[in-house]
Amino acid sequence: MSQAQDTETVREDGVIESVSGPVVTAADLDARMNDVVYVGDEGLMGEVIEIEGNLTTIQVYEETSGVGPGEPVENTGEPLSVDLGPGMLDSIYDGVQRPLDVLEQKMGSAFLDRGVDAPGIDLEKTWEFSPEVSEGETVEPGDVVGTVPETVTIEHKVMVPPDYEGGEVVAIEEGSFSVEETVAELSSGEEITMHQEWPVRQARPAGDKKTPTDPLVTGQRIQDGLFPLAKGGTAAIPGPFGSGKTVTQQQLAKWSDADIVVYIGCGERGNEMTEVIEDFPELPDPQTGNPLMARTCLIANTSNMPVAARESCIYTGITIAEYYRDMGYDVALMADSTSRWAEAMREISSRLEEMPGEEGYPAYLAAALSEFYERAGLFELFNGGEGSISVVGAVSPPGGDFSEPVTQNTLRIVKTFWALDADLAEKRHFPSINWNESYSLYSQQLDPWYRENVAQDYPEIRQWAVDVLDEEAELQEIVQLVGKDALPEDQQLTLEVSRYIREAWLQQDAFNDTDTYCEPEKTYRMLQAIKTFNDEAFNALEAGVPVEEIGSVDAAPQLNRMGVAEEWNEFIDDLEDSLEEQIRELY
Amino acid sequence: MKEYQTITEISGPLVFAEVDEPIGYDEIVEIETPQGDTLRGQVLESSEGLVSIQVFEGTGGIDRNASVRFLGETMKMPVTEDLLGRVLDGSGNPIDGGPDIVPEEREDIVGAAINPYSREYPEEFIQTGVSAIDGMNTLVRGQKLPIFSGSGLPHNDLALQIARQATVPEEEESEEGGSEFAVIFGAMGITAEEANEFMDDFERTGALERSVVFMNLADDPAVERTVTPRMALTTAEYLAFEKGYHVLVILTDMTNYCEALREIGAAREEVPGRRGYPGYMYTDLAQLYERAGRIEGREGSVTQIPILTMPGDDDTHPIPDLTGYITEGQIMMDRDLNSQGIEPPINVSPSLSRLMDDGIGEGLTRGDHADVKDQLFAAYAEGKDLRDLVNIVGREALSETDNKYLDFADRFEEEFVQQGNDTNRTIDETLEIGWDLLSMLPKEQLNRIDEDLIEEHYREEEGETVEATAD
Repeated sequence: MSQAQDTETVREDGVIESVSGPVVTAADLDARMNDVVYVGDEGLMGEVIEIEGNLTTIQVYEETSGVGPGEPVENTGEPLSVDLGPGMLDSIYDGVQRPLDVLEQKMGSAFLDRGVDAPGIDLEKTWEFSPEVSEGETVEPGDVVGTVPETVTIEHKVMVPPDYEGGEVVAIEEGSFSVEETVAELSSGEEITMHQEWPVRQARPAGDKKTPTDPLVTGQRIQDGLFPLAKGGTAAIPGPFGSGKTVTQQQLAKWSDADIVVYIGCGERGNEMTEVIEDFPELPDPQTGNPLMARTCLIANTSNMPVAARESCIYTGITIAEYYRDMGYDVALMADSTSRWAEAMREISSRLEEMPGEEGYPAYLAAALSEFYERAGLFELFNGGEGSISVVGAVSPPGGDFSEPVTQNTLRIVKTFWALDADLAEKRHFPSINWNESYSLYSQQLDPWYRENVAQDYPEIRQWAVDVLDEEAELQEIVQLVGKDALPEDQQLTLEVSRYIREAWLQQDAFNDTDTYCEPEKTYRMLQAIKTFNDEAFNALEAGVPVEEIGSVDAAPQLNRMGVAEEWNEFIDDLEDSLEEQIRELY
Repeated sequence: MKEYQTITEISGPLVFAEVDEPIGYDEIVEIETPQGDTLRGQVLESSEGLVSIQVFEGTGGIDRNASVRFLGETMKMPVTEDLLGRVLDGSGNPIDGGPDIVPEEREDIVGAAINPYSREYPEEFIQTGVSAIDGMNTLVRGQKLPIFSGSGLPHNDLALQIARQATVPEEEESEEGGSEFAVIFGAMGITAEEANEFMDDFERTGALERSVVFMNLADDPAVERTVTPRMALTTAEYLAFEKGYHVLVILTDMTNYCEALREIGAAREEVPGRRGYPGYMYTDLAQLYERAGRIEGREGSVTQIPILTMPGDDDTHPIPDLTGYITEGQIMMDRDLNSQGIEPPINVSPSLSRLMDDGIGEGLTRGDHADVKDQLFAAYAEGKDLRDLVNIVGREALSETDNKYLDFADRFEEEFVQQGNDTNRTIDETLEIGWDLLSMLPKEQLNRIDEDLIEEHYREEEGETVEATAD
């Protein structure tokens, strides 16, 4: 979190009037809406959320036990902001961008103490700056003046801040600098450092939004194969507890081909975040082979950390994402879970005694959600480049009921919907994305990319799979009444084929070293192999071979082994040959 | 310390008093009634001149003249290693007739959150000796795994069985008694009879020596239930992270805890959330459940097994629902299995352990554990699906393989899940039973298991003998 240094804007201090959980009211405080204030003798960080007469209401980002009326409230005169600059990757923050590793050192304890602040980026550390422009050139806001190797994977671009005027570069130098030292001076008198601050509740400006045409390749068959997400697109993953939201999110964070991943653990489990912290430095990025952490920024505000910081962590995350987008990177942001964020809004709102909307959520819930998701997109940048933010939000509907307000308001905005299904999870069919309920509105606009980069007939074979699954859903209804054997033979065969689509193709084992990541080519070839089985089987059926004999050829169960096959190209080639051979032998 | 005789309003568990000095939020209050009783409470809201106080023991006996004292500190729990073997009431006072507690430290009962950066990821397998847990939904050290039960189901027996049998097999041999757990038992609103059941078992098995018991019984004040689990967890954290114990915390019954929260919320005239429970219940529950885990560089661990009874066996009710979103899985008790006499009646399908995947496998349990578990889940699900169908079309209409799945599902319940409350199965025994059952199915149906493992463990004869029963 940004520390206010601008002493002249500090306004008059107030005193606490009342305390109720995370909500504190103060009298005589001269503050603007959303100003950051320090509350009480311990200086707990808070934010102004309501002003009424002489009373100012503050949401406090830390525990308020023991804080009482009469204690001072100090205004910083600045809105809640994040520190932007090199050093954000490979970091783990709480909801107001305090680095958790620094907090551990400063507090000298494994438990989170109160009233300790720390800047979001290391202000002392020096970075190797190499200029990209030379003296005499003119730069405008958003232009890159130089680069810094931030991690092994990512080159950090030092930009003219969006609120600068710009002008001719009068001084710029290569060398080692801390983030607060000036690296370039402009004729306008403005000095550029590697450090920018930006208020989290305000979107960073960028050029026009464009229609995304590239998919965010996730390495997950059901997502890449059936319900793709575009780079710059939005997706929601709703599901009841235990349906695999977190594993799905983590899989996306691990394997998707974004340049930068911002992972927000909003009101979720502590151990889950620990898992990410322990795993990501070890795991290789499938694109570069470098550790995943080198492209990842983690924000962890677990469920037992203060509720107000849960409300702000989403904004902290998206602002960091926007900053990397401005550098021209493709950023993927995972928010797990947006329901906890909405609940934090509800909790604060009810303490303010605001008139509740649906199910107690504040009436501005829909507006807040759409404002957040609209910060995603493929943008034309001021410096002429392109950058994107893809947002994937997990939703945790109470009782798994998708008709509740958070799910419904989210669905009105996002274009990809991965519906998790408790029944599938109970059968340990993972990822438990329900193929009948889920959809992606990006399929059409991404088809050209798939045709060009994977296979010409990719959209057709995908449609074939969808048709078979649809037919299965209809047939299953009949089977439930009369049993499978009462169906005509061709329909029985369809069920057999769709079983392979489900078990061999849609199912994917996140804990198997090979199966956890599936490149689009493999996704395509696996489906093709099932199609081969389908075509051969129907030919045999027409020639009069009973369906049971077709289904029991030795090669058929091998379809289930495709996912875990390391040399998949050969494995699938061989398998297709033996399927052809064995089924043709039957007639 | 100032005394006030300024009570302006008494309503349900709440007392409102006027004050002329600033009082801190969450501060502890003592109220002396005219009869000379001292009641304790906590500041719920503090504003200039007026505070609202939640009284733990109930407001009976308080009148306008009762005197109110503010102690100037938040609620603390006196902790010491000597607490082991003691029985305390819901507010932490000894009720076993033993000596007073001489605290080594007094810890704030509202524990601070563990910095996620300082946590260590839990991955040490705990052998509970219960197949349905060890084999299918493995518990690891530092996990929070609740038991979702219903009224009248034997969840207490299961909790006791776990408390009795839980060990970490790896350490069993190396250290002397090093893998035994210290048990912290927090009872909230359970009946005296249930309490006796627990105490008898603790005494019978000698477990009491390594236990600390907190008892808030059904006729104790409801508001006290909101501090009991915090007392228990504060003690657990002290023993685990200061004294290096591996602590198992059993909290029962979380439903009563949530009822108490609702009662206070209603008395404060808060805007209610779903089914009248307060909107902050998720946060409140998280502050309890998240106090489990391991910390890097510290010896001990806190493992939590909260028990809750689902009203109407409905897992979408706010209490189990919010719990499930916070905890790392759940063990589901099932009424049908219970009436079939299955002991413990655990329905493995909706049960889940989120930390399982890192706690099992070569070197932890056994190399084939993950595959066997996946296959058992899939086969059991298939068998259960077929049960619905068989009711309509009859067994004859099903194929031979389908019949095998039906038999598999039955035997899975009768042999794998069923074991009795006194049987302690090692993980090897559990997995061998798993293989016995899987060998009923044709080899090619075992598509979740690595082919080498099938070669190693599949019992060829078994497949033959069972075929005969298919008709």
